[in-house]
Amino acid sequence: NADPQKTAFLLRKQWTLYSVTPLYRFSNAHLRDYARLLSAFIAAEKQKGLAVEIGVELDIKVAVSSLPDLKGSDQDQAAILVQLSLRSPASPKNSEEKLVWSGWFCCVSGDHLSETVPEDFTCLPLFLANGAESYTSIVGSWFQKTFDCCFRRLAISPLNLSWMAAMWTGCKVDKTTSAMELVFSVPCLPQPLDISYAIHPEDAKALWDTVQKTPGEITQEEVDVFMDCLYSHFHRHFKIHLSATKLVKVSTAIASAHCDGIIKFLQGQYLTGVLMLLTELAISQIQ
Amino acid sequence: HLATSLPLPSERDHLRPRIDLIVFMIDIKSKYSLQNVEASLAHVDANFFLGKVCFLVTGVGRVNYCSVETNAIWKLGEVYCSPVLFCELELEGIRVATAQRLLRMLQICAGHIPGVSALSFGTLMRNSADD
Repeated sequence: NADPQKTAFLLRKQWTLYSVTPLYRFSNAHLRDYARLLSAFIAAEKQKGLAVEIGVELDIKVAVSSLPDLKGSDQDQAAILVQLSLRSPASPKNSEEKLVWSGWFCCVSGDHLSETVPEDFTCLPLFLANGAESYTSIVGSWFQKTFDCCFRRLAISPLNLSWMAAMWTGCKVDKTTSAMELVFSVPCLPQPLDISYAIHPEDAKALWDTVQKTPGEITQEEVDVFMDCLYSHFHRHFKIHLSATKLVKVSTAIASAHCDGIIKFLQGQYLTGVLMLLTELAISQIQ
Repeated sequence: HLATSLPLPSERDHLRPRIDLIVFMIDIKSKYSLQNVEASLAHVDANFFLGKVCFLVTGVGRVNYCSVETNAIWKLGEVYCSPVLFCELELEGIRVATAQRLLRMLQICAGHIPGVSALSFGTLMRNSADD
């Protein structure tokens, strides 16, 4: 399992999710070279006038490293982290570098994908980015060109969000936790309307505990019963059928997920668990 | 005739023409629509399930808006021995094609196509779906 200190920097940040097709001829041994090439590519893009910052000539430093702890099984590829930092031109040698963008590729328990691809391909189906979209776009283009892969935004359906709500509610958390929040978007209205449904985490867990039959296992029926209970409770009070709306966001003490493919990890101990679920979603989007 | 749920109001029973085909519409974006259909099915006479019922699932174009599990719908089709059709109403081509299919089914169910009964056609549709 992941060393909590090494992965603490991944928590409490908003990550935008992408699915990535297998990378051709990617090698863990050449990370330094990749950093150099990517750095040159970014500089070249800026010369072309696709600069992300206007005015001052800013030096972008690229670091590519491996995160060996972030994997599910031994067959998984170690996660790869790419970081872009700005060096101010004032004192280039000693100045502080400001981290402006991070992105990481990972694969947690992605055996069913890695078993089906030929030798030269590396499976890192999940990509998470934090920082300006313009940087994501440049880094993405370089990877797509260099390793012949394809990035796609990973959306999360309401069905999958319900699954996450049920799964994460069942997780034990030590300290007093924040409320579980579900956000629904109401369709077919002239003006957009969002409904936020907050549930006390202990009530939610108590409900889930009565629904789940086998600890460690979750079935679709159990998720349906859990959600239906929440929906009928809401209907009893407000006469609104949440089941006719679209679930767009789920927030629990473990993590929060939005249907546009945005995730925030809140608990280090469940990081790998959440990544396993996201890896699965990424793989189904690829296939 | 369109209804949001069954049973139909009894006041107009004597004015209503014979019903040849019931199409239950399920919006894949709304769990509520599935629950509504499931509740309405209880009010349908058993005779209708001999080829005069079909399930039409709409909204399938957008995978990421899915609130209903497809397995649940297939199971419904199996339990009620009725075919399941999928379509996307927002695309005109598919909308028109689906309407034509339903019209064809209606013609068979109403007995307008000689040699083909509603039951035989329904069985044919379900068998081809299994393949």
